[in-house]
Order: sequence, then structure tokens, then C-alpha cells
Amino acid sequence: MSDRQPTTDRGRIRIVGFDDAAEQKRDSDASSDTADAAGTTADPSIASRGATGIDPTTASASALAQPGRRLENAWRRFRRNRSAMAGLAVIIVMAVLAVFAWPITVSTAEVTITLQPFSLAPYDPTAMFVAPPNAPPSLAHPFGTDWAGRDQFSRVLVGGRYTLSIGLVAVGLALCVGVPLGAIAGYFGGWIDEAIMRVVDVLYAFPFLVLAIAIVPILEPVPILGSGYWTVVVALAVTGWVGYARLIRGEVLSVREREYVTAARALGVPDRTIIQRHVVPNAIAPVVVQATLNVGTVVLTATALGFLGLGLEPGSAEWGAMLAQGRSSLLRGDWHVTVFPGLAIFLFVLAINLVGDGINDALEPDRDGRDDRRRMR
Amino acid sequence: MSLGRYVGRRLAITVPVLVGVTALTFSFVHLLPGDAVDAIVGFRDVSAETEAAIRAEYHLDQPVWDQYLLWLRDAITLEFGESPVTGRDVSATIGRRLPATLALGGAAWLLALAIGIPAGIVAAVSAGKPADEVGRLAALAGIATPNFWLGLILLFVFSVRLGWFRVLPPDAPLVSLATVKFLVLPTITLGTAAAALVMRLLRSSMRRELDAPYVTAARARGLPERTVILKHVLRNAFLPVVTVAGLQLAFLVDGAVVVEGIFSWPGMGRLLVRSILRRDYPVIQAIVLVIGIAIVLANLLVDIIYAILDPRIRY
Repeated sequence: MSDRQPTTDRGRIRIVGFDDAAEQKRDSDASSDTADAAGTTADPSIASRGATGIDPTTASASALAQPGRRLENAWRRFRRNRSAMAGLAVIIVMAVLAVFAWPITVSTAEVTITLQPFSLAPYDPTAMFVAPPNAPPSLAHPFGTDWAGRDQFSRVLVGGRYTLSIGLVAVGLALCVGVPLGAIAGYFGGWIDEAIMRVVDVLYAFPFLVLAIAIVPILEPVPILGSGYWTVVVALAVTGWVGYARLIRGEVLSVREREYVTAARALGVPDRTIIQRHVVPNAIAPVVVQATLNVGTVVLTATALGFLGLGLEPGSAEWGAMLAQGRSSLLRGDWHVTVFPGLAIFLFVLAINLVGDGINDALEPDRDGRDDRRRMR
Repeated sequence: MSLGRYVGRRLAITVPVLVGVTALTFSFVHLLPGDAVDAIVGFRDVSAETEAAIRAEYHLDQPVWDQYLLWLRDAITLEFGESPVTGRDVSATIGRRLPATLALGGAAWLLALAIGIPAGIVAAVSAGKPADEVGRLAALAGIATPNFWLGLILLFVFSVRLGWFRVLPPDAPLVSLATVKFLVLPTITLGTAAAALVMRLLRSSMRRELDAPYVTAARARGLPERTVILKHVLRNAFLPVVTVAGLQLAFLVDGAVVVEGIFSWPGMGRLLVRSILRRDYPVIQAIVLVIGIAIVLANLLVDIIYAILDPRIRY
């Protein structure tokens, strides 16, 4: 969904060994990064130490021009974004609820170590018949019970563990594969690029969910993957890395033409270091945005897999798997079995999207027309 | 580069991708754990003769490279053999279900455009105003709603409670009033997220176009705002929306896999899920191949149309 123009505005040159006071002027298109900062010159070392004692206007102006301050700046813009902060709050609350919903224990043959003793959930999420099956919501069971008489409220709380961690881990794994491959393809070009990008093209021909569905039976019997959890994570990572590879390759194609890359090459810096220190950091911003938004996509796909009864063991307190029984329950008229887990998925994915939008606006205010500098009328 | 050369180059890139897609689909059965024969018969015990017959039928007694070519030859002529689970001809099964999926997908696509395009225009024109913010939140909500959940809720409210629609598809031909009526809910379920994506895409590409000098020029000439937006900006802003048609197709296929099951719609998506649960691997293989090739060809077509529409695109 993101056919963006590659940017050329992420200079990150740092000249070491020169006089501290030497002013380093970023080239003209780098300073167009933020319009307020056009033409600003400043000493990188001052900004990286923090601009204490400088009056607010100069501080913000020089900070905007400073690569070292970019994150701090982005955070300031992000904080001003009310919907993004609301999304972040929802995610944090859901994560806390998921972690403290039920004790986490690690048990070996003899000893059981409790890592997290709290339990916010009123009932054991796996305990059956704590109340009559399919009971509608009541004070004792705010979300009612499912077909096996398990407390839905407890299951929704604990279910966040699956969904949230699958989203994070699968995206993290996909980034670990996609970013290096995409960066290498873009940096070296030639046959390496051709080879990697043809693989990407081939995988791109299969829809995300269809590919994951086809991969699950291949992974399922792999012993190290054990329970269905890792099967789902690996299937989603295998399908997910292509997007990042394609995105970062496009960015790298423009970054590698920049002067600081040429300079580093001329100084004899090994390619590996150039990619790690100079190319990837300057090409990563759109990938960060994409990865954040993709946590939502991955969660939707993971829950869809659970809904279809693939991957995780049936009966797991995963939000999607909880909906697997939803159709028959609904036809019987038990709406609560379906509504609450679905609402949880919806809330989480919505929050992720709000945060992703916020990061997009904070990292690259010029990318979208969302900044109102040149607002029409 | 002339258009002809561009098309030629684009076709040349497509060939290795098609080879990759077919090779990956072919290797699916071989990547499964255990012997390919087990996968094909669905892990049942079979007699030695049956096993030999299957080995011969699927050319498993030959080197992998030859197997691939023979499989490819069969695939091109749509010979996928018989399903070991149902015993039916795979191509015939898929052929029977393809129209249902195309009807549902096409309807959802039209709905996505019918909602996404006007909403995208309104959002772009009113950027920064409440209408834009409302549109943004609505689009995000559309993207964030799990389609299986939306489908279940719609089914519950409109079919079970209100009784406006049937719960199961009618036993009527595809082009009939009853079927069209039944398709309303699945179409909404499938089209909602796609509409949200179209809207967001169109909005951001229109925002870019609105800053272009030609818009200022058109306004300076005194053209009504309506003409500027609808005739000049929209036409240019459409191109990025067209380019992602291939991705949209993939998105709709993903949705169909889930939504068809909820509404018991006899399409390919439901067949795929059922085949996975039954371990009916030849059927899975054939469906995945059809989907992969459809998306590759859709992308090819989109790129060529794009080049015809926009003469600047040559690479």
C-alpha cells in the first residue's frame, strides 16, 4: 500500500576529529527535511549533548536540523498527536492486562517458579463449567461464559498474551530477515538485487493469509516449533518479511547515492559497516512506520488463522480461536461469545493503526498532506 | 523507451516470477513432512499397488526437475488429477467454485470503489477539517475490524435477529434476485476494509496532487473548484490507486477465504479452508496456483495499463 517516493533527506554525517566549533552545514536538500529548519546550521556536538540553556526558539530550530535530535523531535510531535497517544494508552493497558491477567509460571520437572504472581482474571481461563455454558453476561461473569462454561472475561484478558505477543514477535522476526536482505539488495544492486527481488516478487504473488495457511501444515510437524504458537509466528514471519525488504530496498537505492556514503566508501570503510552505520539508519523510517502498522495486519491474520482453526490448538484462549465457535453460538442466539473477543481484536488493531499514523506524522511530517503548512483554502 | 519495448520488458520480468510461483506451488507437496504419496492420499494406509499408481500418476518416480516440468505441463492443461479425499476431479471442482468467488470479489471491489472514491475525495478536499478527521477514524475502524467478526455480527443482526437475509445461500443460479440479495451481507463484510484502503490511498495521492502547480494554474484561470478537483486532480490522483489493484486483489482473496466460510458461500476460499482441514493437498496446490498466477497477471495488466495512461512511466 505504500508506493512512496524514496527520500533523500536523511543526512546523518558525523565528522570526527575536527574542531568542535566547526560549523557543519548540511546540504540543501537535507535541510528541507523540515521547512522550519531550512538553512539552519549548527554544531552536531552541541545538539547531541542537549540544548540546555538555549532559548526555546533557537533550540527547537537547531534541534529540527539535527539528526541526533530527530528522535526527540519525533517524540515531541508524537506526544502532541492526541489520537496516537490514545492508541498508545490502549496498547499499554491491554499489554498490562494481558501480563497480569493470570500468573506466569515456569515449571521444570521438580520446581515451579512463579514469574508473575498477580491474577486480575477472576477465574482460571481453562477451567470448565465455572458457570452454566453459554450464560449471558452477568455480574459474576461480565462477558458471559462460552460453550464449555469457561469464563469469557478471564479468557479475553489472558488471550491478549497470544495476540499481542504473536504480533510483536512475528513482525520482529520478519524485520530481522527483511531489512538486511532488502538493504543488501539495494546497496549492492546487480545480480544480488535481481536474485533477492525475484524471490520477493514470487512471494508477493501469494496473499498473506493464503500463504500462511499453506505454510502452517508444512511447519506444524517441525519438532522445535512445538505448540501451535511458534508455527503461527514463523508462518507469519515467513510471509511478512517481503514487504520490508521491498520498502527498504527502495529507500536504500536513493541513500546509497548520497555523498556521505561515497565519502565512507572513499575512506575505505567496509561495505558491511557502511550498510549498518550509514545506509540502514537513514533508510529505516518508512520501515518503522510500516512495521508498526503491520503489527495490526499480522494480528488480524493471526486471529483469522485461529478463527479458521489453524495453528494454535483448538480451545486456546486466543481471541481468534475463541471466535471459531462463534458462528454456531450466534445462530443459537448467544451473541456475547462472539462480541467480546472480536471487540478486543478491533480495539487493539485500531490502537496500533492510530499509533502507526502518529509515528508516520512524527517521523516524516512532509510525507503526507497531513501537515497543514500548505493547507488548501 | 517506446510502449512496445516497455511491455516487452515487463513481460520478460514476469516470466521468471511465473516460474517461481509455479515452482513454489509445486514444491508445496514436497515440503510437507513425510513422503509425497502420504501427502497426496491424505496420510491413509494404501496398498502397494495404489501407491505405485499414485507414484506413476504424479510422476514421483522421476527426478524432481522432470517432476516439475511434467507437473507444469499438466497444470497448463488444467490437469490436476483427482482429489484423494473426495475423489472428484480437482479442475472441475475449482471451475465450479470460481464463478462464485469472482462474483463475491467483484461485488466487494465495486462496493470498495463506490465508497472509497467519494470518501477519499471529500477527505482530501477537507483536509484538516472535522470531516477529514471523521473520515480518518472511520477508515481506521474499517481497517481494524476483523472481517470474520464483522461478518458474524452482520449475520447475527440482519439474518438471525431481523430475518432480512437468508443465513444460508439460496439454491438458485448465480445471476438471480435471490442470490444477489443474499450477497449483500458478504459483500459489505468483504468490501469494508477494501473501501477504507482505497479511501486512504486516494486521499493521500490527492493531497500530493493538490499541491501541484497545475492546480494553482487551473484555479488562476478561474475554473470552478469542482472542475479543478473532479477533472484535473482526480484524474492524476487515480494512478497510484490503480497501481495497487494487484495488492487489492490479494487483499480481497484473503478476505474471501474467511468470509465465504461465515456465509457458507460455495467459493474457492471456503474450498481452500476445507481442503486444509481435510489435508486435501492436490486441491490446495491447485487453488494456491490459480491465486498466485491470477495476482501475477493482474499486476502485469495494471503496469501495462498504467504505462498506457501515463506516458512518463517507462523504466
